[in-house]
Amino acid sequence: MNMTLRLMPRKKRVNRSFAGTVSLFVLLAGFGAFMVLPLIYAINNAFKPLDEIFLFPPRLFVRNPTMSNFTDLINLLGNSWVPFTRYIFNTVFITGMGIVGHVLLASAAAYPLAKHRFPGKGIMFTVVVLSLMFTPAVTAIPNYMIMSWLGMINTYWAVIVPAFAFPLGLYLMKQFIEQIPDALLEAAKIDGASEYRIWWSIIMPNVKPAWLTLVILLFQLLWGSDGNGFIYSEQLKSLHYASTQIVQGGIARAGVGAAVALLLMSVPITLFIFSQSRIIETMATSGMKD
Amino acid sequence: MTSLSKVETGLQTERSSSETQRVKRTKMAELRRQMKTSKHSYILLAPYMLLFGLFTVLPVVMSVLISFTYFNMLEFPRFIGWQNYTRLFLDDDVFLITIKNTMLFAAITGPLSYIACFVFAWIINEMSPKVRALMTLIFYAPSISGNIFFIWQIIFSGDRYGIMNGLLMKFGIIYEPIQWLKTEHYILPILILVQLWLSLGTGFLAFIAGLQTVDRTLYEAAAVDGVRNRWQELWYVTLPSMRPQLMFGAVIQLTTSFAVADVSIYLAGFPSVNYAGETIVTHLIDFGTIRFEMGYASAIATVLFMLMVGTNLIVQKLLRKVGE
Repeated sequence: MNMTLRLMPRKKRVNRSFAGTVSLFVLLAGFGAFMVLPLIYAINNAFKPLDEIFLFPPRLFVRNPTMSNFTDLINLLGNSWVPFTRYIFNTVFITGMGIVGHVLLASAAAYPLAKHRFPGKGIMFTVVVLSLMFTPAVTAIPNYMIMSWLGMINTYWAVIVPAFAFPLGLYLMKQFIEQIPDALLEAAKIDGASEYRIWWSIIMPNVKPAWLTLVILLFQLLWGSDGNGFIYSEQLKSLHYASTQIVQGGIARAGVGAAVALLLMSVPITLFIFSQSRIIETMATSGMKD
Repeated sequence: MTSLSKVETGLQTERSSSETQRVKRTKMAELRRQMKTSKHSYILLAPYMLLFGLFTVLPVVMSVLISFTYFNMLEFPRFIGWQNYTRLFLDDDVFLITIKNTMLFAAITGPLSYIACFVFAWIINEMSPKVRALMTLIFYAPSISGNIFFIWQIIFSGDRYGIMNGLLMKFGIIYEPIQWLKTEHYILPILILVQLWLSLGTGFLAFIAGLQTVDRTLYEAAAVDGVRNRWQELWYVTLPSMRPQLMFGAVIQLTTSFAVADVSIYLAGFPSVNYAGETIVTHLIDFGTIRFEMGYASAIATVLFMLMVGTNLIVQKLLRKVGE
């Protein structure tokens, strides 16, 4: 399969002019540099001693790498009013709960939307697609009121529960389930499996690539969350919130700030490196049909 | 005579209305039967749809209703008709700036990021799988790294230790550092640049995936049919075959460019110098979380909602014509 994929274009497809190829790759290289240089700069900054961060003219790469920013960070955290592990726990708890709940609820809802016929199906899916078309900022104020009616203000749930109903996840999951062959479901139905059993033991194992995609999307949503204005107790605040407090400490904290930023960004990037091929697989079915 | 015919027609309409009622009733019975047989579907859907309705659908409806009231979160909302909207468009100069800025984001970063997503996915697609994976990571990394865009604050920092000032001074182009993020006419271009840097996200991945699923035999057929170069191939084969992904990507890119707020607040400040970096969303945040004018903020939210959904629907209609 791989062989044919790689060999065929060379043989059969029309050629591109040399100049065209060169200009496309120059474009790619230029834009690639624009994308990657700030990240490289951010990584290098975390290892720079303070005198190198404030150097004129500024340098991209570190000359005498040091871990002092990280040790400073640990010292700083030891003195914070709320123990730093609490911030880590908050973020991990919110992210973890949100992901588990969303993957379960979204895949349960995606299965009937993809495979069953029932009254109201069209309108439900249309509303979900419409909700992809506006930003959550639109609903922030009524959301606050609803949260306060439900007594969820200043609890983890104010961030976690709305994330359960994240529309993009349901959309991608539904598109992915659609391409599971019906024969598989029919066979299970003939064997007497209930709809719930089909969902749990046939659909769920077959949509693992989509799980990972939902995980990474939710991770992106929740890992960087600062409580969305619903959480105000210091003990419940997120890692991201704590890190912005450190960065705002000014010039003396520039190195520590860079170290925190590196730690914060390394988690989602690592997650993406390991799940990339699965995510691409899911995205192949992401298209909107007419 | 006339009265007789009137009675007759009256009878007829009565009969037909009772008939339609009967049809309606059987339709209702049929619907109820269908709903009963798909009980399991509804049970599976219920938890998600309940939360979706509670945190997405209901808030949109509430937002529209509140936008016609004066509401400060303490007193009961008071109905004031279209006053919030007239104030928004006639009296609020800042709102007009935010409309201009938001439309600029939508019109510049929207299409540019969309084209960038596609062009780079297209170039990357020709590479070997390992290089492709690496390039995907490089392009996707900024959008996934959370709030790493703070690095641009150091790049455009107003002293000479900022990368941009440092470079320009080193090469003698300027002699004094420029206050990039505090100078009105630099703010918006910088925000657009940073937003572009952040924008190769979900849409980009969808395009990479879409390109990998295009049926290879179509290219051979096109070569036989007289497609002569890569550009024709792109227009006649590649783009039409991945139209669904193109439409999905358009929604994602447009929605992100309309929703610019964090980048502006973090880099340009809140409020930014002379409101140069203010967007509809930051204006909404201003009235919703600082001034507590919830009715007015809801009117802003409603306008934003209409603007976003409207633009998205128009773009969807246009994209259906690709390759036709």
